[in-house]
This record gives sequence, structure tokens and C-alpha cells, in this order.
Amino acid sequence: MSGIQLVLLIIVAAISGMGSVLDEGQTHRPLVACTLVGIVLGDVKTGIILGGTLEMMALGWMNVGASMAPDAALASVISAILVIIGKQSIGAGIAIAIPIAAAGQVLTIFVRTITVFFQHLSDKYANEGNTRGIEMCHFLGLSLQGLRVAIPAALVGVVAGTDMVTSFLASIPEVITRGLQVSGGFIVVVGYAMVINMMQSKNIMPFFFLGFVFAAFTGVNLIGFGIIGAVLAILYIQLSPKYNAVAVAADDLELE
Amino acid sequence: MSKSKLKENANRQVHVTSTKTLDKSDMKKIFIRSWFLLGSFNFERMQSVGFCVSLIPALKKLYKGDELKAALKRHLEFFNTQPFIASPIMGITAAMEEQRAQGMPIDEASISGVKVGLMGPLAGVGDPIFWGTARPVLAALGASIALSGSILGPLIFFIAFNAIRLATKWYGLNYGYQKGTQIVSDMKGNKLKKLTEGASILGLFVMGALVSKWTSVNIPYELSRYTGPDGAEVITTVQSILDQLVPGLIPLLMTFTCMTLLKKKINPLIIIFGLFATGILGYWAGILS
Repeated sequence: MSGIQLVLLIIVAAISGMGSVLDEGQTHRPLVACTLVGIVLGDVKTGIILGGTLEMMALGWMNVGASMAPDAALASVISAILVIIGKQSIGAGIAIAIPIAAAGQVLTIFVRTITVFFQHLSDKYANEGNTRGIEMCHFLGLSLQGLRVAIPAALVGVVAGTDMVTSFLASIPEVITRGLQVSGGFIVVVGYAMVINMMQSKNIMPFFFLGFVFAAFTGVNLIGFGIIGAVLAILYIQLSPKYNAVAVAADDLELE
Repeated sequence: MSKSKLKENANRQVHVTSTKTLDKSDMKKIFIRSWFLLGSFNFERMQSVGFCVSLIPALKKLYKGDELKAALKRHLEFFNTQPFIASPIMGITAAMEEQRAQGMPIDEASISGVKVGLMGPLAGVGDPIFWGTARPVLAALGASIALSGSILGPLIFFIAFNAIRLATKWYGLNYGYQKGTQIVSDMKGNKLKKLTEGASILGLFVMGALVSKWTSVNIPYELSRYTGPDGAEVITTVQSILDQLVPGLIPLLMTFTCMTLLKKKINPLIIIFGLFATGILGYWAGILS
């Protein structure tokens, strides 16, 4: 890896790390992060395929309220580096990604805890009417989240091509990498469960089963499902007595 | 100045009528800053510093001296909501601060009250729409294209999601600013409830489809093997029987198990590792492939 590539890699990793806390531009999602790492390291296609594979596993990982999902940013960046520079298979990439997602979660919890310090520093600046100070605290907190991914990425980037790492990755037995690839096919259910739990309410659960059965016995694609789902939602809202209570009452009056 | 005196000052109605108003350029500044709302997210007051930083352009324009200090402090209070849906709250807050600076009888408590009162219900709308529906659907679409190595996959996801995000944030901010506290009475109507429930229906419908189609479990364990009357060998595996009954039955059961475990507050990572162990053991034993 050239010096320029290492610098670009650090920048991409930092953007991904910041994206993971901001949750705005989605630069922390595997689909985006792995593609960016692929572009920097000169193998876009592998980056995109790995990104798509990891995205399918992480679909539904989300931060809601104070609860936190496994960290997609660190997992995507590190596993993309190892797959591209270390010439590993996509299966090995999956095997690497999940333990790293756990490590990343610990790191972000750590950063979110020490940012409490900046919170209190902001209070002090507010008392002084120092708006610059508050802004500085805010962006220092953000840059810590960037460093959280950038530093490990730089370290891995430097050692990724070495014989030691290659032989270590090669020493993972086939039963593990193949087994992890097999589980990659259904690991996504955890993300689905998170999404369903968030939206679940008894009276609309039939729509979940309808979607399931419809998919099981037809060949409609995802865009088709989106359109059918939207139509069902609109119809339900229009027809549900819950939202038509006033109209019903008015009809009753007319009858009387 | 002593703390109590500062508080007294802040609570005092601002009698001086000022003509300070916010314009489009202030809204643009708040809009850009709001992209970094979660930057200094911490476990004590979560998005509070980000909220304050987003509003600083407005606060600096409206207040000076002690009033500015008090305004900064009241926006460093606890705040947490879905980041896109925070924009209308910022708009309302900006409108209320503007009115307060112009001498209208709006006290600190009512500004904080509106913020706290809106963040919960609006997160309840934003989470199912953006995290429950828009992102998984677009990500699944993008990922499916990406698996063939096409750059269109990541591009479609990135561009479509960000277009939705930026539109929500910009129109949300301006809507909140124009409507002001009127939004609170709007929320009592059914509009938001309809939107939330509609998004949840769409989300759940698509989730059902994803559980069935976008998972792969293969149990090639052989149950029987015989040569049929036409001479062809017929192999019956567990998977072929399951596929004849209901395709995707195993992922469905797995999803329900995960939902139950998550409700019991088990860390998702532990469940993920459990599933990995299942995959490795299953592959090793020849049950899964």
C-alpha cells in the first residue's frame, strides 16, 4: 500500500466512524464503507460485493433511543482491508467482520462515555456565553468517533499484507470459514427481529404474515413489495374505523 | 453574577421590544449544523450539545450577554430523538426563541416543555419510517445489486436515502418554524398517528417478504433416496420437504426466536454469536450447507 493510499484509507475510515455516530449520510453502512475502502485500495468490485454481503447481514441494525446496534463502521472498514489487501475470501471477510463489530461497539460505548466530559465543558462555556467553546466541544466529540475507526484501520492497513497476518488468516480452519458463510445466510434475522420489535403492534402484525406468505409463493421483486405494501397501508388507513370515528358519528346523526 | 440571579434574569419576561427576526440564511445555517446533531452523543444528555450547536446561529442573532448565556444553557438540557425528525423541533424552538426575543410572553419552561413534549412522540414516527422502512428497503435493494459487483448498488442506496433525509430535514425545519407551537395542536389530530401506522404496515409487510426471500437456510440432510419408476433417482431432504410446505419456515421461526430474546434484553451480539455457532456446528455435522 502506498503512502497516499494509507492517508486516503485513514480519511475514509474517519468518515465512516463519524457516520456511525451521526447516522445521517450512512457512510458507516457496509454498502457504503466497503465500497469506499475498495475505491481507495484499488479493488472497487471486491469492496462492493463484500459491502453487499455484509449489508445483508446488518440489515436492520439500528440505534433506537439509547440502545445500540453492533458497530457496522469498524467491521466494514477492517474486513474490507483484510479481504482486499490480505487477499482473503468473502467468507473470511464475514468471519472477521462480526467479532470486529463487537469490538467496535465496545469502543463506541467508551467514546460515548468520555464525551460526557465535553458535555460538562459545554456547560461551563455556556455560563461564559462562549459559543465557540461549545462548538469546539461538539466537534471534538465527533472527531473522537472518527479516530475510533481511523486508528485501528491505519494499524490493520499497515500489517494487512504481511506474511504474519496472511498466515494467521490462512490458519483459520475451513469448517469455521465455511460455517460462518452458512450462518451469513441467516444472521440477518437478528436485524429483522430488531425492526419488527420496534414496529410491532398486535393489530397490524397480519401484514407481516401477508408479506411472508406472498413472498413465499410468488416471484414479485422488492420494488413490487414496496408498492403493494404502500397500497395496503393506504387502504388500511382509509378503511380503519379508528380514523373514521367522526364520519360514523355524523352518519348516525343523519339517520336519527 | 450569581447563579440564582442569572436564573431570575432568564425567567424575567423580556420587555424590550426588538425587531430581531430570523431569515432564510439562519435557517440554512441551522439546517447544515443539524447534520451533526449526534456528533457529541453521550450517555448523560445524549444529543443536547448537538441541539445547542444547531441553534447557535439563531441564538446569537436573537440574544446578547446574559440572555445568550441563559439561552445556551436551556438548550444544553437532555435531548434525544430520531435525528431527521429533530428538524421540525429545531424549527419550532427557533420560532419560540424569536418570539421570546421580541418580547412575547414565552417563558423558559414552555420552550423546554415543547422540546421534551415533542421528542418522544416524533421519535415514535421517525423510527418506523426511516429505520424500520426506508433504510432496510433501500439497503436490501442496494445490497442485492451490489452482490453482482455493480457500483449501482451502493449508489442507489446512498443517493436515495440521502435525498429522503435532506428533504425531510429541510422541509421539516421550515415547517416547524412556520407553524411554531401550532404543531403541538396538529399532533393531537390523527395525522401523525396515521403516518406512523401506515409506515409500520409498509415496513412489516416488506419485513415479512425479506424473512422469506432474503435469508438462506439449507438443510440438505437426506431422509430417503430411491429410484423412481422413470429411472430417475429421487432424493428427499429435510429442505425439500420444508420447501413443499412453506418456503422460509425456518427463517421465520428463527426471527420469532430472536424477537423473544431481544425483548428479554439480550445483547444482539450474543444472539449473532449464537447463530454463528449454529452455522459452524451445523456445517461440521453436515446438517447445514
